[in-house]
Amino acid sequence: MHSGAVYNAEENNLVTFKNDNTLAGKTLFEKIWDKHVVTKVDGGPGVLYIDRHFVHEVTSPQAFAGLRNRGIKVRRPEKTVATADHNIPTLGQDQPIRDELSRFQVNKLAENCREFGVSLFGLNHPWNGIVHVIGPELGITRPGMTIVCGDSHTSTHGAFGSIAFGIGTSEVEMVLATQTLLQNKPKTMRINIEGDLGKGVMSKDIVLYIISQIGTGGATGYFVEFAGSAIRSLSMEARMTICNMSIEMGARGGMIAPDETTFEYVKGREFAPKGTEWDKAVEEWRQLPSDPDAEFDKELTFDAADIEPMITYGTNPGMGIGISKRIPKMEEIEKSTQATFKKSMQYMDFQPGDSMIGKKVDYVFLGSCTNGRIEDLRAFASFVKGKKKAENVTVWIVPGSHQVEAQAEKEGIRQILEEAGFEMRQPGCSACLAMNDDKIPEGNYAVSTSNRNFEGRQGPGARTMLASPITAAAAAITGKITDPRDFL
Amino acid sequence: MPIDKFVKLQSTCVPLPIENVDTDQIIPARFLKATTREGFGDNLFADWRYDKSGKPREDFVLNDPKYSGKVLVAGQNFGSGSSREHAAWALAGYGFKAVVSSFFADIFKNNSLNNGLLPVQVSKEFLETLFNAIEKDPATKVEIDLENQKITILPDGPSESFDINPYKKKCLLNGFDDIDYLLNISDHIEAWEKEHA
Ligand code: SF4
Repeated sequence: MHSGAVYNAEENNLVTFKNDNTLAGKTLFEKIWDKHVVTKVDGGPGVLYIDRHFVHEVTSPQAFAGLRNRGIKVRRPEKTVATADHNIPTLGQDQPIRDELSRFQVNKLAENCREFGVSLFGLNHPWNGIVHVIGPELGITRPGMTIVCGDSHTSTHGAFGSIAFGIGTSEVEMVLATQTLLQNKPKTMRINIEGDLGKGVMSKDIVLYIISQIGTGGATGYFVEFAGSAIRSLSMEARMTICNMSIEMGARGGMIAPDETTFEYVKGREFAPKGTEWDKAVEEWRQLPSDPDAEFDKELTFDAADIEPMITYGTNPGMGIGISKRIPKMEEIEKSTQATFKKSMQYMDFQPGDSMIGKKVDYVFLGSCTNGRIEDLRAFASFVKGKKKAENVTVWIVPGSHQVEAQAEKEGIRQILEEAGFEMRQPGCSACLAMNDDKIPEGNYAVSTSNRNFEGRQGPGARTMLASPITAAAAAITGKITDPRDFL
Repeated sequence: MPIDKFVKLQSTCVPLPIENVDTDQIIPARFLKATTREGFGDNLFADWRYDKSGKPREDFVLNDPKYSGKVLVAGQNFGSGSSREHAAWALAGYGFKAVVSSFFADIFKNNSLNNGLLPVQVSKEFLETLFNAIEKDPATKVEIDLENQKITILPDGPSESFDINPYKKKCLLNGFDDIDYLLNISDHIEAWEKEHA
């Protein structure tokens, strides 16, 4: 049943079992977690040691102010890295930021980093970019680590086989002050995707499919390990897209066991271990994958062959369907969810039972920590190569970092895009959350490769349809929702 | 920095019978440019509460004089989406002390508890009963008793018990804050760091 908002995975045709055998092997999650517990509060949460803390301008100023009020320092500044990404313009970054409040916030971050001795990859720094793009590309993110950031999509870093999750600002202060975090141990879930992916299906489609099946609360309370042959076959960047959106199914975080693909990606990056250190690290990382007899509190399995290019029709990421399918009819929606569904339909101005194919598109956004990496730009560029942008659409292509931008330049992607009538902007979160000027105008329809289609997320009154980079590309050249497979 | 103590609360309720209220609705991103914790209450639910010109929308519950109180009662999966603690600051800043729902998103729950805002998770049935009671009589009060972990629709029930982590309960009852606790065990953390260096 399509509901886009049910929690109950039990209703699906899936296996579920409880973990009550204490002699069983350990999961990837448990191995890392157990290694990082400093101590346990009586009857309460564990004190978890944090290996890496990423900081950005929006959720950190109150935390630094807290330290100042208490008269304390950052406990381990060398484990903390800051970037400006959420609140920056994507044009004219060499100029002072025009919006006064944004400028103040970005300057405040620089001031705080200076005062507390934290490394900052600020605006115009060659390593600047979206926090979840730069951590991996600089080799700061590595298997076996505990990683946090005041941003829910910190789950992205779990693709390397690390425990990575988003925290609130009080917790940011906690980690700055103590390098630890009070955390209750979540339950564990494994989601297996088995088999071969169909033509035109990207990792974004896999994750949108899972969320459409289990709902936006389907994994609340769990840490999810993604496994199965379809996941193993993915590149690191594709894996990041999946872990990135694990928060949209309610999960505390998502992770994928490290393997040769992971080591290959990390090797040689700026902050990756080198020489004998590297060999030692890889040796340790090889021990991380879940033991064959490890048990999960819950396990779900999906068939890769059931997944087609996905698109969302509603106002939460669980309201997604295969692009050839129709929006559910009212009677197919669970009773308790009908009011919410109706509100969504009104906001989107769609009719239950409508087909998505052919719906008009005003904007296309390629970018964000979900799909703003080089492989995403490559996929988009190779799709539009030799074609022309549709006249009725405005397209924003925003690389996830300066390194992605430079790579796109080097590979000739910028040129391909420009020849097809597109322009590439400067890196940042941009229209993903529309804190800067990149806002989709009220009532306009946007196909977006980002992760949230909430009301007003991309600007007040903006109507978002989430999709993969190539589904976005298909919309950009046809000006309407189009099955990308028609062009493959 | 001590948080506000929470012991027992009796209050009327503000009903918001919508599911999956995400933090982008609670406080839209364009209001996140502030660098202090104050003032977010004014923009709580901004896009539902005000029209484009900034005028209050009459059909939104916060603008309905029938409803007021320190308890927000909301549909299931409240607080999903972004980790922004600004959502908890906005709710607390507006004057809410507790949110009642049948399901909360994880990060939101942590953020609330860290700000003395109590998330009270009740059964679907209890939530429906409460919504019905408020609809029938907007002056309906609830009592939230943290010590005994009990929520009661006044004057004579029904009531239901709710879960809370014992450590967090102690913090709220006493107004303790996590950072003070962690700073107190810094020797422990130091020893652990040496061992794992
Ligand atoms: S790109 Fe979007 S989801 Fe990712 S960190 Fe930025 S605002 Fe958050």
